[in-house]
Amino acid sequence: MSLLRIENLKKCFGENEVLKDISLSVNKGEVLGIIGPSGSGKSTLLRCATGLEVADGGSIDYSGSFGLVFQNFNLFPHFSVLKNICDAPIKVQKRDPQEVEEEALRLLEKMSLKDKADAYPYQLSGGQAQRVSIARALAMNPDILFFDEPTSALDPELTGEILKVIKDLAAENMTMVIVTHEMNFAKNVADQVIFMEGGIIVEQGSPKKVFGSSNERMKNFLGKFGQNG
Amino acid sequence: MSLAIIIRELGTGMLISVLIFITTLLFSLPLGLLVAFGRMSKNKIVSTLIKGYISIMRGTPLMLQLMVVYFGPYYIFGIRISDSYRLVAALIGFVINYAAYFAEIYRGGIESMPKGQYEAAKVLGYTKGQTFFRIILPQVFKRILPSITNEVITLVKDTSLAFSIAVIEMFTVAKQLAATTSSVVPFIAAGVFYYIFNLLVAILMEKIEKHLNYYR
Repeated sequence: MSLLRIENLKKCFGENEVLKDISLSVNKGEVLGIIGPSGSGKSTLLRCATGLEVADGGSIDYSGSFGLVFQNFNLFPHFSVLKNICDAPIKVQKRDPQEVEEEALRLLEKMSLKDKADAYPYQLSGGQAQRVSIARALAMNPDILFFDEPTSALDPELTGEILKVIKDLAAENMTMVIVTHEMNFAKNVADQVIFMEGGIIVEQGSPKKVFGSSNERMKNFLGKFGQNG
Repeated sequence: MSLAIIIRELGTGMLISVLIFITTLLFSLPLGLLVAFGRMSKNKIVSTLIKGYISIMRGTPLMLQLMVVYFGPYYIFGIRISDSYRLVAALIGFVINYAAYFAEIYRGGIESMPKGQYEAAKVLGYTKGQTFFRIILPQVFKRILPSITNEVITLVKDTSLAFSIAVIEMFTVAKQLAATTSSVVPFIAAGVFYYIFNLLVAILMEKIEKHLNYYR
């Protein structure tokens, strides 16, 4: 069952055509990895899909709700960790506060952050903040979770803890779309990989197919990460 | 005239000063937020009008503005001014003047907020109103508090400008007392009053700032 279907998506910033005719679909339980060089339109694609940018053409169809995890976390600094997670489910979804809080604590436990429930975002490390922001997104019970370069703002030694969380979510069959620079991660966790460059999808398919591609641009890109095939 | 009498007389004037101070804050702080919205409005006519209003309020002396508000109805519309309008005119003058200053402070604070806060709120489904009042405004308030404190302290001293339309506030009283006693003691006493008033304001504002220090 397809949860998200994007067809012929176009986006321009002035004269600059950032997305040229992008089509893709994501099935329930699937993990889609989006890779590609900076400026290839990956993040713009995600921002269009999540409504943060308005596309200039094409269609985006959802069957279900979505959440988004940002590169820079974007936690609310004036809310405690627990409130960051609980506020939207209570105020937006109008769910029972006590039930939401219990779920938030379960999520924090899952993220090994139960002791940080009363902390404020400034007291967290980057890795902890990103895990809170993942918990915040999950508390809304989204059908799809988008990640916009979730480890790019983190020190290398902290990326592992985030990747592990995403991996665990994948094991629970969470449907996810992940824009990432972590090639090995995309290779190991994604069911489907998209390689973008210059606003188009250059290569698309299973990790095996994409990473084994004989496409010159793909090979050139992977070469910069010191890994080929 | 003994010091005790001077202080008692000044005390009654002080009450009017405090009244002007509190009323001005009570109305100009919310009004300033509305003005800031108008200033940032996408509607060109609204934003230009508001820009003009702020420009005039900041570009002309407050004393002159008080006089225009007080004498304006008579000179422009020929309306007879009653004596009780005096204080009302002073309050209107202070409120519209301070709202303009507060509006620019609010605008600075709102525009300094990172885009990510709006985006996170949007993706989580908050309405525009919820986003502003739950997420943005509390953070803006913390950011602008030092600038607000500055204005509030200036306001304490500015209340003395109400003497220009003969509102019997503390400075007006001090001037009268100085004239009848031919001494500077009433002025010194008034100075001490203003200073203590401001000291209390500063302490209170610092308390609020400390209170908001629970996050960064």
